[in-house]
Amino acid sequence: MKVLTLSKKNATPFFEALKSFGKTYGPVEKGEKAYSFQPVESFSQLALDYKRTILPLKKFFYKPCQPVFHFNKDSGYQPAEEDLEEKIVLFGVHPCDINALNILDLVNSGPYVDNYYFVKRQNNLIIGISCMPDELCFCRSMSTDFAETGFDLFLSDIGDSYVVRVGTGIGDDMVNAVPDLFSPIDEESSRAYKDSSNERSAMFQRYIELSDLPEIMDLEFHSELWEKLGERCLACGSCSMICPTCNCYNIIDKLNLDQKTGERIRQWDSCLFKDFAEVSGGHNFRSKRASRVQQRYLHKQQGFVEQYGRPSCVGCGRCTMVCPAKIDIVEILHTIRGERNHRRRKSDRRR
Amino acid sequence: MPSPYDTLIRTPNPYQPRSARIVRITPLVKDNVLFQFRFEDEEFSREFSYKPGQFVELSIFGVGECPISISSSPTRKGFLELCVRRAGRVTNALYQLKENDLVGIRGPYGNGFPVAAMENKNLLLIAGGLGMAPIRSLLNYALDNRSDFHDVILMYGARDPGEVLFRNELETIRHRDDIKCLLTVDEASSEWDGYTGVVTELFKEVKLDAAATYAAVCGPPIVYKFVLKELLAQGFSKNHILMSLERKMKCGVGKCGHCSIGYKYTCIDGPIFTYWDAMNLRELI
Repeated sequence: MKVLTLSKKNATPFFEALKSFGKTYGPVEKGEKAYSFQPVESFSQLALDYKRTILPLKKFFYKPCQPVFHFNKDSGYQPAEEDLEEKIVLFGVHPCDINALNILDLVNSGPYVDNYYFVKRQNNLIIGISCMPDELCFCRSMSTDFAETGFDLFLSDIGDSYVVRVGTGIGDDMVNAVPDLFSPIDEESSRAYKDSSNERSAMFQRYIELSDLPEIMDLEFHSELWEKLGERCLACGSCSMICPTCNCYNIIDKLNLDQKTGERIRQWDSCLFKDFAEVSGGHNFRSKRASRVQQRYLHKQQGFVEQYGRPSCVGCGRCTMVCPAKIDIVEILHTIRGERNHRRRKSDRRR
Repeated sequence: MPSPYDTLIRTPNPYQPRSARIVRITPLVKDNVLFQFRFEDEEFSREFSYKPGQFVELSIFGVGECPISISSSPTRKGFLELCVRRAGRVTNALYQLKENDLVGIRGPYGNGFPVAAMENKNLLLIAGGLGMAPIRSLLNYALDNRSDFHDVILMYGARDPGEVLFRNELETIRHRDDIKCLLTVDEASSEWDGYTGVVTELFKEVKLDAAATYAAVCGPPIVYKFVLKELLAQGFSKNHILMSLERKMKCGVGKCGHCSIGYKYTCIDGPIFTYWDAMNLRELI
């Protein structure tokens, strides 16, 4: 991979040069200690030391509520084509979110390609940025703390400058638009990169052992843990909405007042919602909240592994952050893996 | 001007419904009607092909979309038949439509019955109640390709004679000597000349070579409960027991998540599952 350095004092002119590649979005502060990807005009607006945004990047490719067809009683269903051509540059994306998009790419491809998702992915450029973990991050366990693919450029902060990995040909075009701003990597930068990498490794506070988690979840299928979790969970669906890889959706037809035309809309859905698995006639395959919470955990940590070879969780910590019932995924998975160990650790503390 | 979907993606939109016209409406039993459709696009209609056991997504203009299993056999071209029970919003809206009205249909979806693997085997088709809807597709497929299969046996149980789907057709089939067609009802009336009792009672009437037979089962949960037990007692391999299952579905193409069970999606990995699959996917039945 082509690797360069970009001095931080050159970041502003580089950011200006990016504008010719599309509308630029980046993390900005929104409210108190909350961040969001928003349109950004200048480099100084960016809050590049953010930990995580409220909503993940899926909002750009798969909107909370989006028309998929316009229908007309006489002419049938026409695919919705609103703002498809807009080219966007996402500046300052963390590795977990890049990996989440790689996972969504998998889900949306396969024998049936979701072209609503991919048409937007085609018009999108990603400039990643390195980050330091906080008390919620467990991306290291999920192997998503580093992005190997899925970015055009990736900037790693090494103090006064960034180490820049060039991931794609368009990434190279972005560099070549302002070649004088970049320098070849030197020994000093390389050392600084390694120091920063080691420093970061030591900072991870949370860890989940993944290796045989699917088997353990299988063994714990009838565990009373799920009942208890069902009693705590409010089934509000917040964790699904803010999850960077949750992609379940509902489809709703809206008829206009003329009774002739309307829209078929798709909107974010959650497996925690009561009617998620309810069929017409009233039978609900997951009427109990416990079975719905269990489905969420099993699909992310077990079913997805069997289907795609890895969990769909990227360890971003958003679900723990937003849960009104303070359900912590890492704690739940620890409990599943060995209730006795977990309890012993607590009792140790009491002693 | 070409759409960005065509220039950038170049694969067909899996969510695109096709206009289809209701050709014929045949009431079967109370709240169960057979709708025959023909696609408006003649070329598409000619090329439209499917496997028994697959389903389509039916759109009713302004109301919504829902999955319905196909009741016709792909051997009879040019039309598509769906046996629809009036159950929810979309099916209620369909019941308001008349012959010649337009609907949207996309598909076919799902794996369907593994008909190639079933060739040169005996077929034991077991349906309970509305489970006859997808089984009819396989039944007619087998009858139209009769030489591809050895013995064909149908066991169909309904609550009472007034609930027997496709009764006229089945009366004709009963008189054929190349298929054993056993009909039973829980509560017989004076005019009923079939069997009386639950569908598992019919096992007494046939001799089965389990090793050379595929069983295809569709019905309400109570049917699976007793039929599966009986099939295992008869020595059937779990891989030779096929079931057509129901789940909530929105997209039909493995994306929306509603029909997910474990690592399987009922819409693309099913709706036909072997008993072995079902045992490994704990929530399946």
